[in-house]
Amino acid sequence: MTTSSVVASESRLSSGSGHGPLPALTGAEIIAMARDAGITGRGGAGFPVWRKLAAVAAAGRPAVVIANAAEGEPASGKDKALLTAAPDLIVDGLELVARAVGARTTYLYAPAGAHSSLRSLPVELRTAPDAFVSGEESAAVAAVTGRDAVPADKRIRITESGAGGAPTLVQNVETLAHLALIARYGPGWFRAAGTADEPGTFLATISGAVRRPGAVVEAGYGVRLGDLIAAAGGPTGRLRAVLVGGYHGGWVPADPDLPVSRAAMARYGASPGAGVVVALPAGSCGLVESARIASYLAGAVAGQCGPCVNGLPRMAQTLSDLALRRVRPGLPAEVDRLARLVTGRGACRHPDGTARLVLSAMRAFDTDVAAHLSGHCLAEEGR
Amino acid sequence: MNRLHIDWTACDGRGLCTELLPELLVEDDWGYPAARTGGDLTVPVALAGEAREAVSRCPALALRLVRAEG
Ligand code: SF4
Ligand code: SF4
Repeated sequence: MTTSSVVASESRLSSGSGHGPLPALTGAEIIAMARDAGITGRGGAGFPVWRKLAAVAAAGRPAVVIANAAEGEPASGKDKALLTAAPDLIVDGLELVARAVGARTTYLYAPAGAHSSLRSLPVELRTAPDAFVSGEESAAVAAVTGRDAVPADKRIRITESGAGGAPTLVQNVETLAHLALIARYGPGWFRAAGTADEPGTFLATISGAVRRPGAVVEAGYGVRLGDLIAAAGGPTGRLRAVLVGGYHGGWVPADPDLPVSRAAMARYGASPGAGVVVALPAGSCGLVESARIASYLAGAVAGQCGPCVNGLPRMAQTLSDLALRRVRPGLPAEVDRLARLVTGRGACRHPDGTARLVLSAMRAFDTDVAAHLSGHCLAEEGR
Repeated sequence: MNRLHIDWTACDGRGLCTELLPELLVEDDWGYPAARTGGDLTVPVALAGEAREAVSRCPALALRLVRAEG
């Protein structure tokens, strides 16, 4: 969010310092404020923040809070941008949630590359490895307690027993920055942006076939897809489709009027997630690009869970066969079967997210699937 | 009703549980237990005894019975 790389349609988080001191709110007031604002987590899952705060507070024991800036997703840059642009808001938000849940221990979990500029902050730094799954909540818990940053089994929730057995809150840094502003300007102010169901602004990272790939943009939920892409300099040419929600997201049509919201994206099996938007140019094959992403994700498995370790490479390979027209009977059905087979069968949601991306590609690029099965590629033939 | 929870970080996929609970579980392509119906792993009351046995005999201590949510 340096001024050179950001066009802020709504510049709340990037409006610099000068917000004044944090109001003295009680823990209960902070939870009520988060509830009234309707703010959801900006790390991807989109869970209501106040529920998580209330769950950790209800444990009634000294809690631990982790500000999560791991951002292992290659197409995402918004958390790194925020660490540079508004570290003071992140620290304020961390203080608020610590008060809300009764935490004495707080950490900022961020990639090593970001540490030098964060050393002066009044918070304990922990290193997030550069790995796709390192930002997963239980992986963050493992990392701050000195173990490998890999996800853990979910039978016991970290809100009950996380870091060192303490009730633990992991919250994305963008969420914390929003809370720091809500504490000053109120839930009503927060709700003035976004939609009634999905209030507030979010940070998007826009890449692919746009003039300024990697641009970080702040906009209200419900913003037109075309306006987001325009804020990244506009498309470099005709677009085939747009990936929304990142590598665990889904493909949506390159329709400029499509609102970027959970409600509008649901029918495509996508959601704004952590705000990752990737534009696919008309000359590229969506199956080839999806197979590339699926292979990347298959290589990012944390090596722990059998169905994920075995299933993701097989699923990616099968999609690659289709993408590269190594056709055999039943190929699309096999992709489908493998996607269903891995879903829900890991310690974390990595298999689910990868399957979602793959299934979304099969739907969004169904004409390409048909062409590939008969030995053609629409992208190569210029559509 | 209870649900069978599998700790995937522990399960080694040798399939003892699928032998003890064939009504509920099948082996997937790699030998790991999968729901026969493709759905969730809710344990019918009639299979409660077999499910408890599978939990106690899992060599990797990867199985637990948890209260089904909702
Ligand atoms: S599901 Fe996959 S990525 Fe997640 S912990 Fe298990 S092996 Fe790792
Ligand atoms: S018995 Fe235990 S280790 Fe063996 S397949 Fe079943 S759950 Fe996995």
